[in-house]
Amino acid sequence: MEIFTQQLINGLVLGSIYALVALGYTMVYGILELINFAHGEVTMIGAMVALTVIGALVGLNPELPGLIVVLGGVLVAIPACMALGFAIEKVAYRPLRHAPRLAPLITAIGMSIILQNAAMLIWGRQYVSFPPLLPQERHEILGAHITDLQIFIVVLSFAIMGGLWLLVERTRLGRAMRATAQSKEVAQLMGVNVDRIISATFIIGSALAAIAGVMVSAYYGLAHYYMGFMLGLKAFSAAVLGGIGNIAGAMLGGLLLGVIEALGAGYIGDITGGFLGSHYQDVFAFFVLIGVLVFRPSGLLGERVANRA
Amino acid sequence: MCSPSSCLSACWCSGPPACWASASPTGPRRGRAVLRVPGLAFLYSRPGLAFVLLAVLLAALPFMVGGGLGNSWVRVLDFVLLYMLMAIGLNIVVGYAGLLDLGYIAFYALGAYFYAWLASPHFGLHLPFWMVLPMGAAFAGLFGVLLGAPTLRLRGDYLAIVTLGFGEIIRIFMNNLNAPFNLTNGPQGMNLIDPVKLAGVSFGKPLHVLGMTVPPTYLYYYLFLALTLLAIGVAMRLQDSRVGRAWAALREDEIAAAAMGINTRNTKLLAFAMGATFGGLAGGLFAAFQGFISPESFTLWESILVLCMIVLGGMGNIAGVLLGAALLTIIPEALRYLGDLQRATIGHVVVDPADLRMLLFGVALVSMMLFRPSGLMPSRQRKRELAAEDGVAEQERADLYDSRA
Amino acid sequence: MGARVNAVPARTSPARANLRLARFSRSREGRNPRNGFREALYVINALIFRAFRRTPVNSFKWLASAILLGVLAAGCGQKAEEGSTIRIGSVSPLTGPQTHIGKDNENGARLAVDEINAQGLVLGGKPVKLELIGEDDQAEPKTATIVADKLLDAGVVAVIGHLNSGTTIPASKRYHDAGIPQISPSATAVAYTAQGFRNAFRVMANDAQQGKALGQFAVGKLGARKVAIIDDRTAYGQGLADEFEKAAREAGAEVVAREFTNDKATDFSAILTSIKGKSADLVFYGGMDPQGGPMAQQMKRLGLNARLLGGDGLQNANFLKLAGADGEGVVASSPGLPLEGMPGGSAFKAKFEAKYGPIQLYAPYAYDAVYILVEAMKRADSAEPAKVVAALPQTDYQGVTGPLKFDEKGDTVGGAVTMYEVKNGAWTVLETVK
Repeated sequence: MEIFTQQLINGLVLGSIYALVALGYTMVYGILELINFAHGEVTMIGAMVALTVIGALVGLNPELPGLIVVLGGVLVAIPACMALGFAIEKVAYRPLRHAPRLAPLITAIGMSIILQNAAMLIWGRQYVSFPPLLPQERHEILGAHITDLQIFIVVLSFAIMGGLWLLVERTRLGRAMRATAQSKEVAQLMGVNVDRIISATFIIGSALAAIAGVMVSAYYGLAHYYMGFMLGLKAFSAAVLGGIGNIAGAMLGGLLLGVIEALGAGYIGDITGGFLGSHYQDVFAFFVLIGVLVFRPSGLLGERVANRA
Repeated sequence: MCSPSSCLSACWCSGPPACWASASPTGPRRGRAVLRVPGLAFLYSRPGLAFVLLAVLLAALPFMVGGGLGNSWVRVLDFVLLYMLMAIGLNIVVGYAGLLDLGYIAFYALGAYFYAWLASPHFGLHLPFWMVLPMGAAFAGLFGVLLGAPTLRLRGDYLAIVTLGFGEIIRIFMNNLNAPFNLTNGPQGMNLIDPVKLAGVSFGKPLHVLGMTVPPTYLYYYLFLALTLLAIGVAMRLQDSRVGRAWAALREDEIAAAAMGINTRNTKLLAFAMGATFGGLAGGLFAAFQGFISPESFTLWESILVLCMIVLGGMGNIAGVLLGAALLTIIPEALRYLGDLQRATIGHVVVDPADLRMLLFGVALVSMMLFRPSGLMPSRQRKRELAAEDGVAEQERADLYDSRA
Repeated sequence: MGARVNAVPARTSPARANLRLARFSRSREGRNPRNGFREALYVINALIFRAFRRTPVNSFKWLASAILLGVLAAGCGQKAEEGSTIRIGSVSPLTGPQTHIGKDNENGARLAVDEINAQGLVLGGKPVKLELIGEDDQAEPKTATIVADKLLDAGVVAVIGHLNSGTTIPASKRYHDAGIPQISPSATAVAYTAQGFRNAFRVMANDAQQGKALGQFAVGKLGARKVAIIDDRTAYGQGLADEFEKAAREAGAEVVAREFTNDKATDFSAILTSIKGKSADLVFYGGMDPQGGPMAQQMKRLGLNARLLGGDGLQNANFLKLAGADGEGVVASSPGLPLEGMPGGSAFKAKFEAKYGPIQLYAPYAYDAVYILVEAMKRADSAEPAKVVAALPQTDYQGVTGPLKFDEKGDTVGGAVTMYEVKNGAWTVLETVK
């Protein structure tokens, strides 16, 4: 039983991280109907920038409390990623807004490759270790272990999701975003500056990515130029599972995917008598993705996307 | 370097009308610009002579390259031809039918593994090359249909991401199917795959003929060349055929195509199957050529590389696709000298050409889409479609999910 | 469309460029094969450059360029001159993620070559000089075969390499067909020497030997009864884990779990939790440090009180950095003897570090490989590949990595494996097993 609880906790923490990255995908997709392939890479850049700052801070004054150091890293990473997100949209996506689908999709893949390799040139190919600055106190729940950091990750994800929901549903900017998502032309007629709203979406999504990036590298204790790609794919799967374009959906999808992966990898070997094993852990995300897209493309919480034009 | 010639052959092979128009001095008729090369002007009026010259050139190419640059460049030439085959196949799916497939390498992998299963000590089978290769191509084609079928209702981004998923799933299975039964030998890869053997001549050893020694890479060159020419011919014929027009219609407007009586399901599946068949063919050749395959040769990046080739060269246009394949195979090899040069002059590598390579690919993808979305050698039709214009494109950006199907 | 291109004044320039290139190349033609090589490259660059600049390209222009290139290429085709210089190839990844390890191998080989040249080598009564040609296979199977052909083109008589098993195996067929000896300093996959090639040798204990030593050590010395095994699904990790499993079972341990991850993963909590549920007392990981480090951390986080054991993929400085304090008590093996304990080991270390900086990983093996090769040449009194291949099996050499002999397959006989444990944040020698 405690093993099952532990797996659930593993899944929830993993899922919270997926969810946070998925929010960025879902916001962009909701408004532009574009898979921002580079979003995972923005997460990676966030982690790398934060690590650089953290390294510098620790080097300056090793006496600083860990929490302050990490906070400093996050506070630099967020604006850096915001600028990056803004630039990506401006350079790679905006000129192609009226081009056929294939074009922005290919630039998105291109941007992803560029960011990865730029990061590799800047930070090198080695895995960079994240210093153990955050409290790793272990608690026991029903025989399973959970650390402070894990609790913090889950709580923060929910808090951010709540904040984002308020932003979209309760503020002027949020209303403009929803209007733009419905129809760019009509929104424009109503006096919404569509370009600015789309920029804002990318900026907010990138800020979330920066936070997620720091959380991932703090949790696993390392960062690497390649880390964004798979994370991005999983997060996108999560967004699709929950219903793309839907904020609560991204959260639900992330958590579900995390739990599916943890339980899948933990139990599939025993269930199938060793026929399938944990080597298929990554396959679960893809099967979920394909299954949802083929059978219920609107996801669990989404509306039908069909015939929206 | 073989690109120019093969591009040419693309024109010559497909028979007179379509091809000669593009090279004829009265080019504007087809919207192609013509550049006269002084000293070669006499060829314009002598197609037969040009054809003979080209054939001689293609036949002599490995000897010229091998003699001048060494056998390793003949091997590069062989890889150019392999990638051309793949690019032609992917071009059918992406360029003709407009279905963005990011998992194309899976079919290459399937073709390679199929060849290895039937012609290596792994299962103790050593079937002849001429039998295995078409079977492998058909096997990959079948998988094209199997993987294509669930995605019929998806378009654009969703299709891209699902095909990416399929590609990864196949690779993961190939990497893990050494247990419970040993199908693929897992990450260790499959070794000692039989070389091609045609008419009693094994391509695994140098051939001694007329007092000359012909290395295997040369033999493979001719084999790959023949198959590439065949593929070019098939692809060009397909483009102008009933099916090709159906693909074009599907690409431009699926709903209108359906309204015109095109069976969109079968047409899409046929595109997937045709593309996968070429991929499987290339995969089988790769297995025989290398003698060793392992899952690390079939990563997502290879899919993206082939996609880069057709985007760079010009989606939908065979000559462009061939050019793209040649450039992106040769450039990394040429970049290698950049590393050697740095080592020779400064003693160590400051700018790593391997780093540069991927970065260049990324930049190429983005800048091509921004500044020349139709590629270096565009097909006229695709050029029009990919240009960022209001109105035309808007309606193409319809929905991702077709509720009718 | 047509009008636009006609308006471009560069209409005649490509032809002129071709002529210029042709003149340029003719003036130097036939002097040195390497010049011809470079000139051909210029032409290729010109072709590529033009392709980027001017399109749509008329087919005839391509034809003209291709013919030009062909004539040029045919004109400068000459074989590398054979003389008193013997060329040896060294192949490892010199670009990409393993650059530092690859360069390390090449430096090890280069140090040996320089030493031998300084001492003077006499074969068949004539003094000869060795020339090391370093090539880059990018750790990619496809590139490996191209590079192999390149070395054969350059007329090498032997190859030290490659670094990875995945590149060594496809390339070995090329060397086998050409009949030249190949000694890999670091490829450990069993399949490499199992192909039946008489020219293929290696100087490092293979996965089977290392896995066996690890399995026996885990049960015999660490007292493991219930073993869980994880591998990263790479050729190296899986090969090592399979051999470990075999040896551990034979030694009487029970394998309670066989789990898998991949070489890009960071989250192992699911498989580790599952292992915890089976109360394993030892976890063996076949893979590299980027996964091993976080794995050690996550084991502690989950309260999994089993010892982590790994192969040479974990036994490096980066593991210590990534695992941090949680790395304490981790045991990992490395083939060969600890360098400090070897006769000539510390001398090698001093020489190497004076010239190239700290040893990364396998440089001593590449160094020994060159010496073994030259010893065989001396025995054969010739650098002729066939004779060297025939002389290699009689190798009995005391290298800096230990005594080296080959069995009939080309594997090292009785290769030693040394066990290390992390104590106070550093790798310390536990013991050496034969």
